[in-house]
Amino acid sequence: MASCSIEDVLAKAERDEAEKLKGITVNKELDLEFDPGNLLAFDKNRIDTREFKDNKREDFIRSLARDNTQLLINEMWKLPTERVEEIIVAKLPDPSTPLPREKPAPKPKPPTKWEQFAKLKGIQKKKKTNLVWDEVHKEWRRRWGYKRAKDDTKEWLIEVPENADPSEHQFAKRNKAKKERVAKNEYNRLKNIARAQKIKVPGMGLAPTPRQPKAELAQAVNVAKISTASVGKFQDNLPKEKTPKNTGKKRKFQPLIGDFSSEKQKQLDLLKVMDSKKPRLDITKAVNKQMREEDRESAQKSKKGFGKKGRRGNMSGKGKGKAGGKGKAPKGKGRKPHMKQGKR
Amino acid sequence: MPVSQKAIFHLQSLDRWKAKTRRSKRFLQSREPKLTEGQKSSMIIRGGNSSETVSQALKDVYALKKPNAVLYKRKNMVRPFDDSTALEFFSKKSDCSLFLFGSHNKKRPNNLIFGRMFDFHVLDMFELGIERFVSLRDVKTDTCPEGTKPLLVFAGELFETDREHQRLRNLLTDFFCGPRVSAVRLAGLEHVLHFTALEGKIYMRSYKVLLKKSGCRTPRIQLQDMGPSFDFVMRRNHMASDDLYKTAHRQPRGVKPKKKKNISHDAFGTRLGRLHMQKQDLDKLQTRKMKGLRKRRGEQTAETAAAAAKAPRTDE
Repeated sequence: MASCSIEDVLAKAERDEAEKLKGITVNKELDLEFDPGNLLAFDKNRIDTREFKDNKREDFIRSLARDNTQLLINEMWKLPTERVEEIIVAKLPDPSTPLPREKPAPKPKPPTKWEQFAKLKGIQKKKKTNLVWDEVHKEWRRRWGYKRAKDDTKEWLIEVPENADPSEHQFAKRNKAKKERVAKNEYNRLKNIARAQKIKVPGMGLAPTPRQPKAELAQAVNVAKISTASVGKFQDNLPKEKTPKNTGKKRKFQPLIGDFSSEKQKQLDLLKVMDSKKPRLDITKAVNKQMREEDRESAQKSKKGFGKKGRRGNMSGKGKGKAGGKGKAPKGKGRKPHMKQGKR
Repeated sequence: MPVSQKAIFHLQSLDRWKAKTRRSKRFLQSREPKLTEGQKSSMIIRGGNSSETVSQALKDVYALKKPNAVLYKRKNMVRPFDDSTALEFFSKKSDCSLFLFGSHNKKRPNNLIFGRMFDFHVLDMFELGIERFVSLRDVKTDTCPEGTKPLLVFAGELFETDREHQRLRNLLTDFFCGPRVSAVRLAGLEHVLHFTALEGKIYMRSYKVLLKKSGCRTPRIQLQDMGPSFDFVMRRNHMASDDLYKTAHRQPRGVKPKKKKNISHDAFGTRLGRLHMQKQDLDKLQTRKMKGLRKRRGEQTAETAAAAAKAPRTDE
């Protein structure tokens, strides 16, 4: 024990280590560059041209390859490993050699009309189940598509609703409605694509197609007329042409998503009115209605028997106030001054 | 209001896919550009006139690159360096971005052109002449299974110093590297392709790797001759301009992983994090309450009576 000193033991251990590693060590002037992500190694060392003679070339290349591969394998064995179903697998890092792409990077598509609206309102997509229970067939069927759960088109019996024309073909009506829905969906889808590609699409009637209806032609003519620098002011009319008077919107609606606070206020006011016990009365509206009603009745009376089917009946506005007023005012000549009173 | 059929009619020209079935839609989607790209396919084309060497060489490279390769065996009268539109057309039809064109004539015997495309236009092309070729058939050893990802080794300082050799190295890596994988089976590293560059010539050798036991965990390597071996000589080339090359490398936004901030690792490998706190008022800190040190009621009143009101209570 005394003869084996600590230095001897350490030296022996070192020699053993070196022996072990002898098999796999390779001496090179310059270290290789490695890219484990691509299983790549690059040896920058100078190759001695003397050894590259014809007869010894293959052996030289093979030994060079062996050395380089040994170094690469050493590098691969240094990577972290994990066990996947009894196989030891080394996890590769990302490749470090920049390789060019095959195709240019995809551009993010602009959102569709619905997606914009949903984002603005904060509507989340709800995950739907794949299958739906169909009561009629008593089985699980898919939500849409072939053999779906509630299939309107496959019904063999449609009840004719009360207010419908008895000679109307209900099945044809349903089919037509479906065709219209499909066409509308397709139209919106194509409009979304056009918007994404920023292509301007001409409106109704402006792109020529065979057999255009009269309305579309008229619209096309009107649009062409105002497409001048002075917006059609100096365009003369054709001999029997009438200038259209009712251009522009007939009713102005509030935008769908506008001022959230004003929308909220409006809804609350509406609820308040509905809640209150007193009826709300718009006097001007009620009076105008009354006047129209009475004009119509008088016109009907003056036309002996050929009057239009006047709408009789109490058409007064909401509330008991007016009913009393009507009862008082006699139908006849004296009513106008009373009306004036009512207006006040 | 019913939507006019005519309105749909002239909008349909915008729908460039025109996929009528689900299957065709999936097919077209697979050809669209993606954020992270999969493996590149290659097309191996035979030129107007080709010799025995060239035909065999093309077949061997096809065997190496299966299954992501298409081999066009019929003669194609194409001159890539003069007019690359035919190649671009082939590439668009077969959705391949790498190509290998082989031809033979008196002026350029046993010619192979390695090339790659970006957006179906030629990016780089390198013409290499075969001086010596040993085919797969002539080497009678067992080969490794089809589709193994090969180890690539490039040797020679020319690959570092010369610009054309650098680009060729990049092209050869792209051509032979195989699919991009996240993990690899250590015992499955069987195939190695070794490229040596010396005096304008490229020596390509393919070996089978035998892992032998060594004293420690890492095995000792022995190589066995396998597969095709080429002695190439550099002829013409067509390299992409620098900006086109840069554009081809541009990665889309979503690809780079976001760096997690405030995480660091120290020398021992422990993971350290960093928290940012607001300024704390040390007087109002909630500390542990030692019940035993609390003064009892009787003593407390006596003390408070004695002591001044300003004396702070240390343990509460």
